[in-house]
Amino acid sequence: MDVARHTLENGLTVLLQESHHAPVTTFWVWYRVGSRNEVPGITGVAHWVEHMLFKGSEAFPKGEIDTQIARNGGVMNGLTWLDFTTFFETLPADRADLALRIESDRMVNALFDPEEVELERTVVISERQGAENQPTFLLSEEVVAAAFRVHPYHHETIGDMCDLETMTRADLWRHYQTYYGPDNAIVVAVGDFNASEMLARIEERFGPIPARSNPEPVHRPEPPQRGERRVEVEGPGATAYLQVAYRAPAAADPDFFPMVVLSSILTGASGMNVFAGSPPNRSSRLYRALVETELAAGVSGSLWPMLDPYLYNITATVRTGRSPAEVEAALDAEVDRVLQGAISPEEVQTAIKQARAQFAYSSESVTNRGFWLGLSSIVADTDWFAAYLDRLAAVTVEDVRRAAETYLVRRNRTVGHYIPQEVQP
Amino acid sequence: MTAAMPSPETIVRSELENGLTLLVYENPSSPAVVLSGYLWAGSLGETREQAGLAGFTAGMLMRGTENRTFAQINRELESVGAQLGFSSGVHTVGFGGKGLAEDLDLLLDILADCLRRPTFPAAEVEKLRGQILTDLERRAHSTRRMASLTFRELLYPDHPYGRSVQGYPETVAALDRESLTGYYAQHYTPQGMVLAVVGAVSAEAVREKVEAALGDWSGAPGASPTRSIPPAVRLDEPRRRFTPVEGMAQTDIMLGWPGLARNDDDFMAAHLANTILGVFGMMGRLGDSVRDRQGLAYYVYSSLQAGLGAGPWAAIAGVAPTNVERAIEGILAQVRRLREEPVPVAELEDSQSFLTGSLPLQLETNEGLASVMLDMERYGLGFDYLQRYPALVRAVTVAQVQEVARRYLDPECYALAVAGPHRTT
Repeated sequence: MDVARHTLENGLTVLLQESHHAPVTTFWVWYRVGSRNEVPGITGVAHWVEHMLFKGSEAFPKGEIDTQIARNGGVMNGLTWLDFTTFFETLPADRADLALRIESDRMVNALFDPEEVELERTVVISERQGAENQPTFLLSEEVVAAAFRVHPYHHETIGDMCDLETMTRADLWRHYQTYYGPDNAIVVAVGDFNASEMLARIEERFGPIPARSNPEPVHRPEPPQRGERRVEVEGPGATAYLQVAYRAPAAADPDFFPMVVLSSILTGASGMNVFAGSPPNRSSRLYRALVETELAAGVSGSLWPMLDPYLYNITATVRTGRSPAEVEAALDAEVDRVLQGAISPEEVQTAIKQARAQFAYSSESVTNRGFWLGLSSIVADTDWFAAYLDRLAAVTVEDVRRAAETYLVRRNRTVGHYIPQEVQP
Repeated sequence: MTAAMPSPETIVRSELENGLTLLVYENPSSPAVVLSGYLWAGSLGETREQAGLAGFTAGMLMRGTENRTFAQINRELESVGAQLGFSSGVHTVGFGGKGLAEDLDLLLDILADCLRRPTFPAAEVEKLRGQILTDLERRAHSTRRMASLTFRELLYPDHPYGRSVQGYPETVAALDRESLTGYYAQHYTPQGMVLAVVGAVSAEAVREKVEAALGDWSGAPGASPTRSIPPAVRLDEPRRRFTPVEGMAQTDIMLGWPGLARNDDDFMAAHLANTILGVFGMMGRLGDSVRDRQGLAYYVYSSLQAGLGAGPWAAIAGVAPTNVERAIEGILAQVRRLREEPVPVAELEDSQSFLTGSLPLQLETNEGLASVMLDMERYGLGFDYLQRYPALVRAVTVAQVQEVARRYLDPECYALAVAGPHRTT
């Protein structure tokens, strides 16, 4: 599971991990840019640029990337999130060179044909409309916006509709020119290859790409919160939802690992398969307090490893006939129990074993391993994920208690209620 | 190529005296194990008035046994990061579980306990009923799920494929505990059950453990699961229905036909025709035309559900409410093209390369391996299927693709479900 690390002369970081259990290789390029780098007027630009990087270059005209990857039995995609933009291909190992050709081309040669930009505008708007069909999206967008007044985590990665309607090709192009330099990127390959041969091929493809000036980091830290924030969202449907967002430490913060244990205890283990949902959490405290008591039909928690302090989000689907306020009161009672010190060493051990199992499932797929290597390099450092289990195993009951006191603070949280409305045609 | 593949030599198959078939594949590449399988207790055995009964019954298996309460089952599984779940389809109830290989005994013990000794506690019946009813209420406000529900009703009237496996609010509300225990006694037997175990385990040890856990299970006296294949349906006229889901930003479309069974001689040609129409690369010709060239949708694809009977063959799209008619026209135009023009040889070869080339990716994880093995068993494909598969795919001709498109995809006579807000145009 050793990771070989290199930095090319143009500043490109390269991480290589050989894995010979199946004849497949995954190849990722991570860019240190996400919706955190956006300002009002161009929200959604990072995600839209990601879309445009499938829409044609001289070497790979529109549609060619999809076609060539599929023809070679591979899968590929692009992902944009608050902290990163990334692209990957997973291919039969003997075809991996195709990924290197696509990604080295994508870094510099995308065309941003004006006609394609306009066509993609409606696709991205359509993606946002699809999200707006989900009450949990509508609620979460408001809760997160309320939680972050200053920090650009304020807005969703998809962007605000007004910006999607008015942004121009020039905005997209400027984003591409600013952030897609090799010195702002990390290449990750995991799979059935020889690391020194792979490095030579990467050097050949990516080495000639000139560095760009390194972009300015984002520095708009969220000021301290002075009191609980509450939002109410009305929307279509018949089902109500509750979202409670506590502040959470960044991935590189030593508090992150006690927080992982705490979230496991409250809302269940986190899944580590990037393309699958969360594992069941029916023995978690909040499932027992909210679902077993028939107040909610389901509850989930999410604690993402992030570059800057973000949120520990808890979302409950309110059961028919119950109200968000009732679910919130039960949640508060359970959180109070934790704050009063009712955490056992067994619960901490359970959280650690759960993480070990999730780690094992995730490691079956080279694609997942590539994801975690890249993500940890973006939000913390390359060793972060490798050390994950050891750092979790070192967490004590006292650490968890302290994390609860620090982060499960009512005046420091944002609460959202989704109130369903009958909508007339 | 370093990895073995499921084959007659590497899949260890055995039949227990009670009729249970066990498939084991040793895969030492990660320290985990997957259990997956099915038994013949799907919704075929229920009437329209009982819709949801099979799913409700399957959902109750983990909610209390003679040896464990629901809470105990959850705690025992989750405390070691393991998971297990049951869910009903039309023909079968499927189950899936995974854990660290060291916890295989626990997984098998709980699987056997749930299958053999469920107690259907009255309080748990009401808890689960409430969760199902809340979910059905969410469904009523989901454009995607309502399009799918309506589509099946249009395509398969008075046919088990036309009914919702999850049921309807009035049917689920009316199911009593006796109907659940009755359904269980009637349908749950090891006769015809298949269990696949894949992971870091020895086939011999698994066989002994499964024999110990399930070998002396016989099911209730007189149990006779429903294994009939429902009659195929024909569409003699176009059927269109609009289902209003008010307040939504996006409309979902499902347009299609009755397809074919997995064992049909036409299957491989249809599989390729479907790949070309709405899968290959970024969702095939539909993605290329409706998404990329017209910018109408974020997702548009086609799906061929060939199972024990002739499931639907359909195109699915999510579009802005004002673009519904254009998207339908765009889908039908691609259907006509597939029928009227022979597919270019190179395009067929691309899809053939995709289907054969992507095998290594499908076989990378324990879950992927188990899924392929269960298909081999369920459809009688033979354990040498993966070895024969490339030749089967390559044997499909341009003429055969056109022939199946003409036989199954009638652009004048289809079922069309549209779910979304009332159109203002």
